[in-house]
Amino acid sequence: MSVEDKPTNRSTKNATHADPDNWQGAVSDWGGDKQVFNMPWGKLMMWLFLLSDTFIFSVFLVGYMNVRMSSMDAWPLTSEVFALTIAGHHIPLVLIAIMTFILITSSGTMAMAVNYAYRGDKKKTFYFMLATALLGASFVGMQAFEWSKLIIEEGVRPWGNPMGSAQFGATFFMITGFHGMHVTAGVIFILVIARRVANGHYEGKGYHIVEITGLYWHFVDLVWVFIFGLFYLW
Amino acid sequence: MSQITDKDTVPNEVDKAQPKLHPISLYLKIWGLLFVLSTMSYLVDFYQVQGILRWTLIIVFMLLKAGLIITIFMHVRWERLALKLLLFIPPLAIVVLISLMAIEGDYTLVNRLISFLSV
Repeated sequence: MSVEDKPTNRSTKNATHADPDNWQGAVSDWGGDKQVFNMPWGKLMMWLFLLSDTFIFSVFLVGYMNVRMSSMDAWPLTSEVFALTIAGHHIPLVLIAIMTFILITSSGTMAMAVNYAYRGDKKKTFYFMLATALLGASFVGMQAFEWSKLIIEEGVRPWGNPMGSAQFGATFFMITGFHGMHVTAGVIFILVIARRVANGHYEGKGYHIVEITGLYWHFVDLVWVFIFGLFYLW
Repeated sequence: MSQITDKDTVPNEVDKAQPKLHPISLYLKIWGLLFVLSTMSYLVDFYQVQGILRWTLIIVFMLLKAGLIITIFMHVRWERLALKLLLFIPPLAIVVLISLMAIEGDYTLVNRLISFLSV
């Protein structure tokens, strides 16, 4: 683990002093005799998981693009499908907009939880994580409402729907379902870690776990940015 | 990318143990920006902007939001280049996949139109 300046027999100039922002720095980081990534292993594993998750969601979205491009029927108007009538006003896409704001807000509270964790403020970390989990849970609740409305009232099925192209349901349930599953898992993850933070579990070992949880949560928000743009707005 | 940096030229245990702390106001600012960008992308739909302008605006707002989340919230801006390369080079394969599947989608549509619509 130790990456102290051990004398190496490389003939290049002292590689450990290369600028971390340029290619020489990267080559030196990847070079032999030391650990490549300067971070706790848990954080690196989370990054690798998120990289693979990026591929999963990308493949879903690419599949959606492909069936939408090749469909001969008109694609349902998402702006109308997801409209709600609130107090007599017909507002297009309003539920999705609210869900977007909730997820962004939860990302903000999570970022602050990470910050307070590194300041060693257990109490604030706990409350900000709790707020994040509650916002996440309300997001899942709204999604459950949206799914029920689509299935029961609009008659959308994975194999067809009354509004247009049959592939709409399949891609919708697959993409938002997988994302909702990530949000649900994230809420549970955050609650578990928040409880341990409150119990002082990390006092000796440091608060990297909060940052790792945060990375996962921000990623969930990041995926939603793409789903919102490509599925709901397109 | 220079004013706030916690990068050390020499990786060591101290560096690992305690990342530099940014003021809370930074996160509040980014939060506000994300709110504004989300509102703007919602307004694109609300005012039914159509055509090329719609796709351009949606993509621009989407990428700006994604950029803010990745660079600031996920702290990638303050990570070393070695990690940035790990994160940004593999997804280039997705760009290739998108192009291939777009070509394929067009091809399928043309064939469907030819076989189902012509006598």
